[in-house]
Amino acid sequence: MNALNQSGSKPEMGPSGDAKPATFTGNRALMLEEALIFEIGTTDTTGVDLPEVGRVASRLGGLERNRTIGLPGLSEPETVRHYTRLSRQNYAIDLGFFPLGSCTMKHNPRLNEKVARMAGFADVHPLQPVETVQGALAVINELAVWLIELTGMHGVAMTPKAGAHGELCGILAIKAALEARGDPRSVILVPESAHGTNPASAAFAGFSVENIPATSEGRVDLDALKARLGPDVAGVMITNPNTCGLFERDMKAISDAVHAAGGYVYCDGANFNAIVGRVRPGDLGIDAMHINLHKTFSTPHGGGGPGSGPVVLSKALSPFGPLPFTERHADGRYSLVEEETVGERHPRSFGRMTAFHGQMGMFTRALSYILSHGADGLRQVAEDAVLNANYILHGLKDTLDAPFAHSGPCMHEALFSDDGLADGFTTLDIAKGLIDEGYHPMTVYFPLVVHGAMLIEPTETESKATLDQFIGAMRSVVQRAKAGDPSLKSAPHYAPRRRLDETQAARKPVLVWQEPDVAVAAE
Amino acid sequence: MTRYYTEDHEWIEVDGDSATVGITDYAQSQLGDIVFAEVPAPGAELKKGGDAAVVESVKAASDVYAPVSGTVTEGNDALEGDPALVNTDPEGDGWFFKLTLSDTGELASLMDAAAYKAFVEAL
Amino acid sequence: MRYLPLTNTDRQAMLAEIGVKSVDDLFIDVPVEARLGGPISSLPNHASEMAVERHFFDLARKNMAASHHPFFLGCGAYKHHVPASVDHIIQRGEFLTAYTPYQPEIAQGTLQMLFEFQTQVARLFGCDVANASMYDGSTACWEAIGMARRITKRHKAILSSGLHPHYVSVARTMAKYTGDNLDTALPTLSSTTDSARLLDAIDGETSCVVVQYPDILGRMEDLSAIAAKAHEHGALLIAVVTEPVALGAIKAPGEMGADIVVGEGQSLGVGLQFGGPYVGLFACKEKFVRQMPGRLCGETVDAEGKRGFVLTLSTREQHIRREKATSNICTNSGLCALAFSIHMTLLGEKGLRGLAQVNHALAVQAADRLAQIPGVELVNDSFFNEFTLRLPKEARPVVRALADKQVLGGVSLGRLYPNAPELENGLVVAVTETASAEDIETFATALQEILS
Repeated sequence: MNALNQSGSKPEMGPSGDAKPATFTGNRALMLEEALIFEIGTTDTTGVDLPEVGRVASRLGGLERNRTIGLPGLSEPETVRHYTRLSRQNYAIDLGFFPLGSCTMKHNPRLNEKVARMAGFADVHPLQPVETVQGALAVINELAVWLIELTGMHGVAMTPKAGAHGELCGILAIKAALEARGDPRSVILVPESAHGTNPASAAFAGFSVENIPATSEGRVDLDALKARLGPDVAGVMITNPNTCGLFERDMKAISDAVHAAGGYVYCDGANFNAIVGRVRPGDLGIDAMHINLHKTFSTPHGGGGPGSGPVVLSKALSPFGPLPFTERHADGRYSLVEEETVGERHPRSFGRMTAFHGQMGMFTRALSYILSHGADGLRQVAEDAVLNANYILHGLKDTLDAPFAHSGPCMHEALFSDDGLADGFTTLDIAKGLIDEGYHPMTVYFPLVVHGAMLIEPTETESKATLDQFIGAMRSVVQRAKAGDPSLKSAPHYAPRRRLDETQAARKPVLVWQEPDVAVAAE
Repeated sequence: MTRYYTEDHEWIEVDGDSATVGITDYAQSQLGDIVFAEVPAPGAELKKGGDAAVVESVKAASDVYAPVSGTVTEGNDALEGDPALVNTDPEGDGWFFKLTLSDTGELASLMDAAAYKAFVEAL
Repeated sequence: MRYLPLTNTDRQAMLAEIGVKSVDDLFIDVPVEARLGGPISSLPNHASEMAVERHFFDLARKNMAASHHPFFLGCGAYKHHVPASVDHIIQRGEFLTAYTPYQPEIAQGTLQMLFEFQTQVARLFGCDVANASMYDGSTACWEAIGMARRITKRHKAILSSGLHPHYVSVARTMAKYTGDNLDTALPTLSSTTDSARLLDAIDGETSCVVVQYPDILGRMEDLSAIAAKAHEHGALLIAVVTEPVALGAIKAPGEMGADIVVGEGQSLGVGLQFGGPYVGLFACKEKFVRQMPGRLCGETVDAEGKRGFVLTLSTREQHIRREKATSNICTNSGLCALAFSIHMTLLGEKGLRGLAQVNHALAVQAADRLAQIPGVELVNDSFFNEFTLRLPKEARPVVRALADKQVLGGVSLGRLYPNAPELENGLVVAVTETASAEDIETFATALQEILS
């Protein structure tokens, strides 16, 4: 019987039971550790082959770089493996549920990637003669038309590179409009629940920032806002739906009051996903709103960008928008309005915000998504996003404190506080517990108006089964936090890393690799 | 030498018209691990209640206000290399700056140790 | 709809669970007059994947793609060969569909990559530290000017006439609001830069001198004298690099005393993409790190003592400092930074130096060939892979005529400086490893025909 091959037999637990041995490599099967390129590469290794060219006498003006640069190279197989291994240490939408509030982590369709890579878009230079890029200009123009129609606005600035850059664009348009009428207004009102980029953008443009109070419902206090309006107020920056996940019911009244007092209304459009196809910001009196194409319109977040933040503008602000922009002529040709023609075409522009025409690679992706959904599909996007968020709110509000559940249905995201957790247990512990459950945590500690805030945005691209499982997991983690389970304090247990020491990172910043001997000498 | 406290959790120890300023033990315990402190340069003119220094933890940056008006004579350079001093010895080696008072009358509005203790307990 | 998992049965069940009749009940906070009754009628309804792809294919065909023609454009965006593995890796979902690494335990892939990227950028630029990227070169440039203002508490920025005119425009837009005074000038069609002007202008009020290297006309010179004069007066030298491949051949700005070095990283790993997204590079001396804008990744350890990486020094940033932040930047250009970093890893120092050598050799051959055309004159004494020609006539229509002959033959200075007749005969030509000997010959022949 000894000769019998036993590989088909039922596996047995060895005598050591389930004790986990340390491995020689530090790897744990599919969980693979990966060194830095500086530790595995060398300066004489390369993963590229170059064309042969004849030698020429240098015309570098005596500036030859003679010292070692210190850039390690890897062969192609090593390169692919290095980054593939790194990639496996990342959570991503493709892997699972990513309910990061106010970030709209929805599925990124691969058709978007395919069209963006067509040579006619990916491989054209921004300074080619406009006759040779008519298709690219047509894409920009087509997307612009969609954004204008979906928001009910007058114009759109396409060049801002991200949401915060778009905010700056809107604020600069307001500043330029005020200057054009010789009005030295200097104050921008911002609710406390706003994204940090709002006050930062306003301050950059030289405005002073004042807070607008909120009501106990979690909405802008209209009476307090009206009381503060006056000849020094340039405008307001309001996020709608707001970061508490609520629609600002009084938005039109706010806009009317601000306009009556001579100011402008900026809307942070980060949460446009909740209302796309159902509400047009232009109907609410908005003067400027940025649209994060990487949120509402599904362009990939890429581990932190690139984003894209076109800004729709009212009739009052459109004349002040930035350069360059596309113009469609009666014969169907497109041209670019740049510095050359700005005098006749767009004399009151506040100027250029970036070198070229904006995030073309994001325009193609966003337009591909928009055309796929169409007007009917986009409306369904908002409905499903809001339905999913309310389903989560409903499924968790008896377990977690939902401070604004009494304020009406939520929009695309549900907000909870840390009220009721055991002593010493925090929102951070819940987040880390969710990591072990295989989720990316929700947004934590934002907005600032709620203690230990947890902001959950499911988006419309999640199934009911996913939401049901998440609600179950969340309830389980919250119960552990209420019961004071010490193992939650040390979570995550199953991620590639345990909790990281951010204090050490900030006290003694190590921002670049140094060869060990150099690093020791510097101690 | 007398030590006074502010409602913004600074302490100031006064000796004639010169004084040393820092943040209280309560303040450092609320901020958590201090990772950076920016202190004013000698010669800086401070106004009572105005920004004087910055103290940062990993997740928060807080302004340290001048408890009284005056001219900075020295910033605590030791905090640059060892910001943890603010955690380990907030009311001693973790001081922020020294200044010459321009109006000792401003001290009258500050709390003494007993009053500050009661103030913190009421928070 | 293919991107929406909920079925009508799911929707009904969920509405019942929530306790409302219809989805409209979830939108009751929207004022009645602002509710749209149905899909916006001026817009088309949904379309199949095939139909959308066809639409884009039709539009893409209307563009002249760089790879399909002899191609010689530069001026801030360069066509380089991007190895196939770069695009493969950046499309892995774990990179493509991840977010800013706010939860470091499950974002070590992005964080380690950013740490490697920061080190590569710092070394390439000859600086101590670099950040995790900016939007692009032009925005990195004005962020650097703002940083110099915060450090020096002065407002006079002296911009070299060789700085890309779009970068100047961006700085001008921002300076209107930040109170910076920009000292600018137009370039001249000559081999000498305006360093004499810069040296003259530096004084005790100066916050920074901004010099592009190589400059918009492809010229370059040692920055040491400008650095020395700036430092003597307590000002900073900001160097701007729009073609990072050049630094595989020529000295790094940091080696010559630059305090802040910014650049456009598009050349490595990122395609032309009609101008974006690109990736801004930002590096400086270590002592200025707390005044830097943007995200920074740092090394630390986890609770078990294993090496790991986190975003750090966040208190500079808008989400904590709000109106007192060093910048309003939030998103950076993460995926483009990844592409840059992969390409740099594939090259390594050996490959980068080799690539730079190929670029320079081809550019020298092209410059010599084009300068043989009657009436055409090479402006530069020195250059890397980009140089300026003085044509016997206005360059802008020549560029259009070249396009008619299926050659994308450089950038006319008239396009960049529309109101400067003294520059209108200038044509800036970039030659990278993607240009073959035949491409150069085709270009030269076409140019000669047009000019004769």
